[in-house]
Amino acid sequence: MTGATVALGRRRRRASRRRAPSVLLALGLLTATLSLIPLVFLGLEVRHIDASEINRLLLRSHVGHLLGNTLGLVVAASILSAVIGIAAAWCVERTDIPGRRTWMVVLVLPLAVPEFVSSFGWVSFFPSMQGFWGALFVTVLAYFPFVFLPAAAVLRGIDPALEESARSLGLSAWSTFLRVTMPLLRLPVLGGMLIIALHLLAEYGAFAQLRFPTFATEIYAQYEIGFDGASAALLSLVLVALSVMFLVGELFARGRARYARIGSGAQRTRTRVALGRRTPLAVGSLGLLGALSLGVPLAALVYWSASGNSSTLPDASVIDATITTLQFALAAAILTVALALPVALLAIRRRGVTSTLIERSTYIARALPGVVIGLALVSFSIRSAPGLYQTVPLLIAGYAILFLPLALIAIRGPIAQLAPRMEDVARSLGLGPLRAFARTTLPMLRSGLGAAAGLVFLSTVTELTGTLLLRPTGMETLATQFWTYTANLSYGAAAPYAAIMVAISAVPAYLLIRRLDLSAT
Amino acid sequence: MTFVGLPNLKEAVLRKQVLGVFIVVLATTGALSACGDSGSDELLIYSGQHEQTMALLTEDFTRRTQIETKIRRNSESALANALLREGSSSPADVFITENPPALTVVQRKGLFAKVDAATLANTEKRFSSSFGDWVGVSARSAVLVYNPEKLTASQLPTQLTQLAGPRWKGSVGIAPAESDFQPLVTALGKLEGDDAVASWLTGMKTNAKLYDGNVAIVKAVNRGEISAGLIDHYYYYRARDEIGAKRTIARLHYFAAEDAGSLVDVSGAAALKSSDKPEDAQRFLAYLVSKPAQEIIAKSESYEYPIASGVRTQRAIKPFSELKPPDIGVDDLGDGRAALRQLQDAGLL
Repeated sequence: MTGATVALGRRRRRASRRRAPSVLLALGLLTATLSLIPLVFLGLEVRHIDASEINRLLLRSHVGHLLGNTLGLVVAASILSAVIGIAAAWCVERTDIPGRRTWMVVLVLPLAVPEFVSSFGWVSFFPSMQGFWGALFVTVLAYFPFVFLPAAAVLRGIDPALEESARSLGLSAWSTFLRVTMPLLRLPVLGGMLIIALHLLAEYGAFAQLRFPTFATEIYAQYEIGFDGASAALLSLVLVALSVMFLVGELFARGRARYARIGSGAQRTRTRVALGRRTPLAVGSLGLLGALSLGVPLAALVYWSASGNSSTLPDASVIDATITTLQFALAAAILTVALALPVALLAIRRRGVTSTLIERSTYIARALPGVVIGLALVSFSIRSAPGLYQTVPLLIAGYAILFLPLALIAIRGPIAQLAPRMEDVARSLGLGPLRAFARTTLPMLRSGLGAAAGLVFLSTVTELTGTLLLRPTGMETLATQFWTYTANLSYGAAAPYAAIMVAISAVPAYLLIRRLDLSAT
Repeated sequence: MTFVGLPNLKEAVLRKQVLGVFIVVLATTGALSACGDSGSDELLIYSGQHEQTMALLTEDFTRRTQIETKIRRNSESALANALLREGSSSPADVFITENPPALTVVQRKGLFAKVDAATLANTEKRFSSSFGDWVGVSARSAVLVYNPEKLTASQLPTQLTQLAGPRWKGSVGIAPAESDFQPLVTALGKLEGDDAVASWLTGMKTNAKLYDGNVAIVKAVNRGEISAGLIDHYYYYRARDEIGAKRTIARLHYFAAEDAGSLVDVSGAAALKSSDKPEDAQRFLAYLVSKPAQEIIAKSESYEYPIASGVRTQRAIKPFSELKPPDIGVDDLGDGRAALRQLQDAGLL
């Protein structure tokens, strides 16, 4: 770690040196307020429960079991995803493995497969895929791209001179990786792990199918058979507590190093590690990873289309659902990135208690199951904004609350690598603060913003429970149509919707990769 | 990292992007306002019911009455939870479910209007709420699905409570988190008392493999992962349609007459008190129990039993008259909270 900080400048900007501009602060506070709406409504639900009921609900052995399951899976899956994600990124970016572009696509695309599709695929082909190991296997395969993608971006972006200097100063290849490369990977990898951890706290559909009880599945059961908002809210607060624990943990693990340097300089072309006789092994490993994470769910779709007999459903238009989905996803991507940008700028450039609190508070909602966010927003809009109930704006706001963390994680890395001094120079040359930002920082953030929008887009396309609760009546997305058909056992009829979901998610996934290519050249 | 220079070019690119974003926002808001206009004339139905059947029913209803409908689909519990939060501001006109508890929980908040007496008269009294604020529309029976390669006829249980015995360890499947399971728990409690429920659930905690739904149970039984499972009858037939009769080796077994395991459960519908189209809502409820609607249910691929206007199922399933359910009224099934508590105390949830 010290190696890199020395290389990149140890001196850190003191928060007091420049106070955050009030516009930025106001925008950040607005975003944080939006993100915390669900928590406020959880608090309101819990307030009527008496102490003995709290004891009965929380202090039973089953809760201990759920806590063990949830924590065990979150820790194991995020670490395993990090290892697999970094290793795959290194293979693709740093070796002479054939077909690099193809591998990028194959290893990012699992993000385009909804969890309920991949877990259903696994369960239908391998019914014994159950319990802790089944859940770990399926979730790591679904989520490792959250580490792979940012890790690949950093590995590609690092100036080869950094690592070459370390080698020339006598470090072995392995020590160079540990002391120079790893510290640079730390921010994006921790971000990816945090996202995975929060996702897993909230995950329901996959764990229900894999017969692995967690807090989230328990919360669903409370709503499902007890119609009991209060106990569900209480259990959700446990998830909030767990997420705060991870958020504080990540903050400490992240450290306070700075990663910015002035000017990208002229990088020379990197020499890739020649795999030689190890090529088949590397190709085989990545191939297996791709086949398991992408091949199995896609095979399940083909199998359903071929074998399901029941498609006597009313002719709902696939095209309508596709257009609706695209509009929702685009709107969600734009709003979410717009909300995330000020928060990320505050968190990276104006470190301090307020900006840290603002940033961290926007992650918490991601740890809550979609049904909790959805019902909280139902309560909110009925009480405070009845005109918004079951309208597109409320739905899009819901998506923004759910997916802000994804956008933040994708933007904060690129912002950290930009020197604020560029903007200072633009200001000293007479530009106003907004124009200076628009002409220096913003253009350089394009790939980061694109990646953020792409991730939010992908996630919106596949979001289900929140959409079911908040969508305007009559507007169906691909995910809600897929749900309708599978809930009625019409897998044959459901398959095309899932296939289109994967196909349109593949577009932003491809753009994410192209951005990476452009920014590297 | 991109090279900062050529500011004019950059700005041109930026301007193009801003324009692009603008167009997208415009398109989206266009879609927004398009959907905001419609709707107020249509009868809004919150439906947790079988999709295919609901589509046929609403189509036929509109044809007969010229009243347009709009269906908001979700699980019955999500809809009930939403209704509880919406209260008197609910946009819904009608709520239709697959199980009574989802109706009861909303009823207890006093959100339903009374159903017209003529409508209630079309269904047997025991299938509707005794308070007259929801009407029974169709029914299903609890059953045991079993794998004949694993169990002989003599090994099949006659009572629900037998499944808690040691010979069923690891070989029976249940879906305690699904809304179809808790009526069984409530029924057992009404018939044999809370202690019987506690010991049955403790036994099931030891014996049962837990699944996320009835369909998963049918499939697990069919492939021999477990020898039997507790489901509602229609999931078996729907699963058989999906996987093909040839590949379905699982069979159905009915528990003894009047046992809790022979429970017949009702799907019902109610009109919301807050509806701004109370007459249309009542007409829809009346339609649901009318002969034409019941005949649609009788033929539908949902395999539910029609229970009103004297219509009988036209599907090749055990005739409704041969079912021997225990004497449990729909009000007895309550709102499910007691059953939830019992399931939690037994560690099944």
